[in-house]
Parts: sequence; C-alpha cells; structure tokens
Amino acid sequence: MNLDEARLADSAGRKVGDVILQVEAISLAFGGVKALSDVSFDVREHEIRAIIGPNGAGKSSMLNVINGVYRPQQGRITFRGETRPFMEPHHAAVQGIARTFQSLALFKGMSVLDNMLAGRNLMMKSNILAQALRIGPALREEIAHRKRVEQIIDFLEIQHVRKTPVGRLPYGLQKRVDLGRALAAEPRVLLLDEPMAGMNVEEKQDMSRFVLDVNDEFGTTIVLIEHDMGVVMDLSDRVVVLDYGKKIADGSPDEVRASQAVIDAYLGVKH
Amino acid sequence: MTAQAGTGDTFPKLLLEHARARPGDPAIREKDLGIWQSWTWGAMRDEIEVLAAGLAKAGLTRGAHIAVIGANRPRLYWTLTAAQALGAIPVPFYEDAVAAEMIYVFQNAEIAFAVVEDQEQADKLFEILPQCPALKHIWFDDARGLRHYTQKELSSYDHLAEAGREWLRERPGFFGQEIAKGKGSDTAIMLYTSGTTGHPKGVVLSHDNLVIASRGYAEMEGLRTDEEVLAYLPMAWIGQNLFSYAQWMVVGFRINCPESADTTLTDMREIGPTYYFAPPRVLEALLTQVTIRMEDASRAKRALFRHFMGLARRVGAAILDGRPVSPLDRLHYALGTLCVYAPLRNALGMSRVRVAYTAGEAIGPDLFVFYRSLGINLKQLYGSTETSVMVCVQPNGEVKPDTVGPPMKGVEIRVLDSGEIVLRCPGLFREYYKNDSATRDAKDAEGWFHTGDAGYFDDGGHLKIIDRAKDVGKLSDGTLFAPKYLENKLKFFPHIKEAVAFGHARGEATAMINIDVQAVGDWAERRGIPYSGYGDLAAKPQVRDLIGECVEQVNADLSRDAKLAGSQIHRFVILHKELDADDGELTRTRKVRRGFIGEKYATIVDALYGDAGRCVVEAQVRFEDGRTGTVRAELSIHSAKTFPRESALAAA
Repeated sequence: MNLDEARLADSAGRKVGDVILQVEAISLAFGGVKALSDVSFDVREHEIRAIIGPNGAGKSSMLNVINGVYRPQQGRITFRGETRPFMEPHHAAVQGIARTFQSLALFKGMSVLDNMLAGRNLMMKSNILAQALRIGPALREEIAHRKRVEQIIDFLEIQHVRKTPVGRLPYGLQKRVDLGRALAAEPRVLLLDEPMAGMNVEEKQDMSRFVLDVNDEFGTTIVLIEHDMGVVMDLSDRVVVLDYGKKIADGSPDEVRASQAVIDAYLGVKH
Repeated sequence: MTAQAGTGDTFPKLLLEHARARPGDPAIREKDLGIWQSWTWGAMRDEIEVLAAGLAKAGLTRGAHIAVIGANRPRLYWTLTAAQALGAIPVPFYEDAVAAEMIYVFQNAEIAFAVVEDQEQADKLFEILPQCPALKHIWFDDARGLRHYTQKELSSYDHLAEAGREWLRERPGFFGQEIAKGKGSDTAIMLYTSGTTGHPKGVVLSHDNLVIASRGYAEMEGLRTDEEVLAYLPMAWIGQNLFSYAQWMVVGFRINCPESADTTLTDMREIGPTYYFAPPRVLEALLTQVTIRMEDASRAKRALFRHFMGLARRVGAAILDGRPVSPLDRLHYALGTLCVYAPLRNALGMSRVRVAYTAGEAIGPDLFVFYRSLGINLKQLYGSTETSVMVCVQPNGEVKPDTVGPPMKGVEIRVLDSGEIVLRCPGLFREYYKNDSATRDAKDAEGWFHTGDAGYFDDGGHLKIIDRAKDVGKLSDGTLFAPKYLENKLKFFPHIKEAVAFGHARGEATAMINIDVQAVGDWAERRGIPYSGYGDLAAKPQVRDLIGECVEQVNADLSRDAKLAGSQIHRFVILHKELDADDGELTRTRKVRRGFIGEKYATIVDALYGDAGRCVVEAQVRFEDGRTGTVRAELSIHSAKTFPRESALAAA
C-alpha cells in the first residue's frame, strides 16, 4: 500500500541493466593541485556502485564532477546516451541525478515535509502566483507532490517527525531526511556522499537497509562514497578505488579486496 | 446519537446488524500517507465478506486456528471477524514476539493459516516453518520487501480477496449462511498468556464471554455509537481485544489505527478519543513528557503551572467526584481550566475523554491523581485474560487511588483464608487449550476461578489487590505481609528504583533499596553533593536521609490501613550495587527475584534482623563484557520511624 505501483512495474526489481553513466579520462585540477587524473569508470542502471579511497583521494570531487558542480579540464561524461565534456548542474538535476551531502544540505528551520517538498521544486510547473493563491491547477499539483512526498516519508519511516523542524532532529534522522529530499526528486541516479558518516552501528544498519530498499523498490541507480569498509562490501555490486586522484582498482567487492594496489593504498607500503 | 448497541450473540452477527442499521457511519479509520482513511460499516462488511470467502476457499474450516500477526491495522481486525464468521478461531500474536517464542504456539494450536502485516512478520514465520510443518498459508498486507520472495506458502492479501470474490460469484449467500451457523457458546478467540514459568497457555474465550463482558462495561459507562477509540495497544493483549474489538462490535463505535507506533501521541490529538484505555506505563510516559516540556518553559509559565497544579491536587479530584468544594475554590479551579488544565488536556490528546481506564499493573497514586485532578475521568479496573477483563471497575464518583472498585454486575468474589481472590463471572474462560491440568488448577468444580492474586475488600466494599497470592506471607505475630505491595509503594517514589521487602515468618518487615541513580544524581547535583558513581552516591548520609523520608511516608500510609499497619518497614538498607538481570537478581522483564536475592545476600538479611547495624558484603558482579569480579562493600542498616495504627491521619 505504500508502494508506487506504476514505478514498481517498470523497474521490476534489481536487474542490473545497461550502462547509464560513463565517465572517461576525467582530469580535474585546482591550480597546481591535481584532484583527479585520467579517471574512467561506468555505472550500470539499477546497480549500487561504490567509490572508495583514503582521505583526499578525490571521491567527493568525482561526485561533484558527475553532478556538474566542478568542470573537469579533460574528459567526457556520457549520461543516458548524451556525451558532454562536462555536466551543468541544472542538466544533471533535470536529467535525474540527485545527491545527498556529507555535511547535510537541509533548511534547518523548515519542517521535514517542507524540506522534502523543496526537493521537488524542479517538477513544479505552475507559476508562483498560482501557487501562492492555491488556485486550480496549482492546488491539484500540490496535492500530487504531497502524495509522492508522503510515500517517501512512509518509506523512510519518518512519519513521526513529519512536521518537526529539521534542526531539532538528531543527526541520524537528519541524514535520513536528506536522503528523502534527494529521493523526492525521483532521480534515476542517486549520489550518496558518505551516508553513514558519524552514525552508530544501529543507525548504520538502518541506513544500509534504506539504501538497499531504495535500490530494490524504486530501481534507483546508486553511486555511493563510504569509509566504512563493511558497509561498502555488503552493499555494493561494484567498487571503484581512487588514490591520489587516480583509479587504482575497479571490480566486484571481492576482487577489490584482493587487489595488491588497494591493500598498499590502505595499509601503506614498506620502503 | 442514541444507544443502539447490537443484540447479536456473535461478533459476525453484530457486524451484520451495524452494517444494516447504519451502513454509512464510519467504523474504522487508519492514518495512511498522512491522511485518515475511513471505512464505513457497510464497506467493512463487504471487505470482511470477501476476506471470509477467500479464507474458506483456502480451506479454513470451523474450529481451525488462524494466526494474526502485526500492529493495529484494519485488515488484521477484519481477519478476526472474517475467521469468526467461518467459525474459525483467530489467535493474535504480539508483533514483537521473537520467532522462537512463536514456535510453541503454532505447534500447540496446530495453526495452518496466518495473516501477517509485513515482511518482518513473514520472515519470522519462514524461520519457524521447518518446526511448524502444519503452516500452509501466509498472507501479507504490506508488500514492501516481499516482491522477490518465491515461497509457495506466501501470497498477498489482495490475492486472498480476489480468490474470495471468485468464490462468492458461485455462492452469493455464503457469508450470511456461515454466520447464521454461529452460536454465542462457540469459541471466539484464543489468547496466549505469557507464563512466567513454562509454556504460555492458550485461553479459550467464547463469544458469550466477550459479548457479555462488553455489554457490562457499555451499560455501566453508557457507551454510545459515536465514541472515538484509539486502537494502539497490542492486539494479542486481552485489554486491547476487549476495548477495541469486542466493545467496538457490541456498541458499534469507531476505532482509529495510528500511522505508526511513534506517531501515537500526535494521532491521538487529532482523533481526540472519548473512551481511552492505557496501562500505567503509557500514562507515566505522557506525564514525563509534560514535565520535561514544562521545565523548558518560561519562568512565568512554570509559575502558573505550579500554582494551578497545586490547586488541582487539592480540589481537582473532589470536583470530579462531585464532592463538596467551596465556591471560591471552584471559581479558582475554573480559572485554572482556562489557563492550564484545558490546554494541557488538549496537549495530551484527552480533551474529549469521557471515560479512561488503566489496568495491568499497580499505578502510583501521584500519577493517578495527576490525571484525575486535571478533570480526566481516569479509573482503575481489575480483570485478566481468563475473566475477559470483567471483574471490578471503579464507578464514577467512587474512585480511590488504591482500590480497583466493587465487583461488576454478575460477578461473585470471595477471598479465601490464604488471602487469594476467587471469583465467578460471566466472562470466565472455558479452558486452557489442550491443558486440562492447568484448567483444573485454575477453575474448581463449582466454577470458581483462582486468580492467584491476593487482596481484600475495604470498608466501602472496594476490592484492593495487594500481591500475588503465592508471595503473600505472615509476620511471626500473624500480621499479613505483602512484599510486592510494600515494594510498589516504595518504587512509586522517583528516587527509588527497586525495592525488595522481607518479613515472612520474621518479627517485622524490612527492605533492601536500590536508589534511582538518575533521579538521586540530579537531586545531589542540585544540592552540590559530589559523588563518583552508584556505590558512592548510595552511601551518602544525605541520601540515606532522603530514602529514610520515603520509607517513613510509606509507613505513615500503611498505618492507616487496618490490615497492613503491622507490616510497616522497621529497617532498611541501601544496596551497594544495582540489582541486575545479568546477575540473576531480576527477571528479564525487571521483576525482582525475591527468593534468590534473599539467599544471595543472606548476610544483609541477617544484618537487617541483627543488632550490629552494619555488615560487610562481597558480591560477584558480571560486567557487560562478560568478565566477572567481586565488589566488597560495607553497608549500614538504618532504622525507620514507624507509626501506631490509624494515628497518622494528620500527616496527610
């Protein structure tokens, strides 16, 4: 009863599909600092793709390149068949890329419900005057948006804080609301920047379940950055490993775990 | 709306009556996606018809058991009635029961069918399936997470309803015919009681039991068809079953299912129930919330709150009971209603409550009086699963904090010499399922049910429950000694967390006390008393005085009770460590294991009855990481002031 039946029918569960997003030979530098050099990988539809690496490896920069916040100096991005030298933020949003942030990006003074409705503002078609007066189509539109947001609230089990200002919620719940805000945009690809950072074990378990459920129920493709190795290895289908802006491994969790380059990057090398 | 309670003798017949008499009235609501959805009696009848047909098609027959597992959801309530329409017997489960606990019940009742709420419950059933081969069909309400399940036993509620529609196309009169076959003496439901020892026992209750008990309450309180009730307690609990199912069907009021367990308070405020049932722990949690929020309020508001709560304590309960109160106080109280009581009742969601009940465990007098003084008609009742909760209830205007009221109409009660309460009542269960010896132990040849509770009637004819009968003892001079009664009285003080009373076959009563480290810690901080941990805090002389005052107040209370005045607490000791379930001192549900503690701390018990005034104990403790160690402490024994019988009235 809390499922969006139509969406379910076409996503038909976790069947990993064709490549939906491909980055090729991306290089990004800030002045003399090379954040990314010649990184290439792809993301398939409906899969959970993790990006891991030590601090400063360029993980968040990679996400910022994908959703258009940073413009790489070199390389190409292909999203849903369209190849561009870089993404524009509004292209990313309109085409169905949403993200959550390591440091939350929520309106602290607004309620959970309003924050999530804000996540749908790209989909609001009626003009601001009609919305303010709640006339005709604007009212119908608002009801439709509210319904969708309520489904996500139900999905994430945050009904009890629906009307609570976000700033008053504990951190773990705020993270869940941030995920809800991103989901409200009904993304094809969801970028999660350290969704479990700063959480205790129980909160991590809850969050992991929600990530899997989002992927499973909505068929959303997920690209995730995470430090907790246990979480990454359990959740993801494929993992790409960055170190000092370079890709050093790419493959299934088991392959990555066995890779000498990864072990060296994480544990250090004897000199 | 006039009372037009149904006259049928089974729940399905009552359903048909309501659906015929007022098909357009709402019967049940559920909050879904933030909106209250309602089903009318007419719509609900149709849903239940389809469901019953689906169950019949799947092979559910007269006398068979069907498990119902989940939170309060309309579809689960409908399953109860649908099963009853076929003459089958629903067996509700606690939604938080772990899989291992369910095995016994599934085997005992040979359950072949189950309707569950969601994936969580379905997973549990698949876990126990190998041990319960009789289980053939599991239907789920909420499909989330279940799409990839391929087990042949599993299918959705919607499939079940679809099968029912098919079945009905060929047999249009099926539902009515099946219901007509039912009699009041048929078994309506089976509820398992959580036995503290051994396996749970299935209490078999007939339609007659529950219908008569429901009518008893409905007549006494004048329940009407427009009552609003919040269905928020576990369905497997008799209280929930009687107040939100049996009475719902008998009276024909409305029940409302909250969105989730966490939203209950908000949902309650939106619904504004007129008829409310809550165990003491729920009332306590509500009060704690109020207290915490008041502490954060501005100084002026706090002063206003304190002032009017003081007045309410003095005259509020008297006004509610209709006892004489001076006109000036009445005016003052009316002002309080405007400023404090009405807004507070609204914040609690109790603005419209006409009758509220509490039961299940002893309720602290302060907590009880708090609600009554606000003008909320909270009353206590006494009953158990075996009696369909129909034994005693406090009538309006005769409410005392420490009794459960006089027997209800049709209930006979006797108190045996041992102090045990035995009774006969129309709600009395038929038997424990497949357990004749337990049935014989509980119900004697003349139909008297042995409650296992000890108590007596006070001067006004109200029953007073003091303890479990097997725990009640006698002091060496023959005075009644009810340890749990003393312990509860002590534990009602916020500073006391646990208490263990001793006195059986001794000259006087004594007690071991655990302070509540949070409450006493706060108290100490405010007074600038430094402490390092539990043991240190417990040994402070100021804390001893604080606890001493609590004990003396208990003694003052006891001295006013003709039967228990002799069991005042003469000496007490504040324990050096907290009683802990890991050390075997408490059960997992946090009940003290008096016998075990008496043996383990025999030196302390000896000291309580000796003259040394102190003792040294060494106790083994188990740390959270599994290591064990010993704690050595020197404890001093304190004497408490006792009062002569009946002399302490002035102290109140």
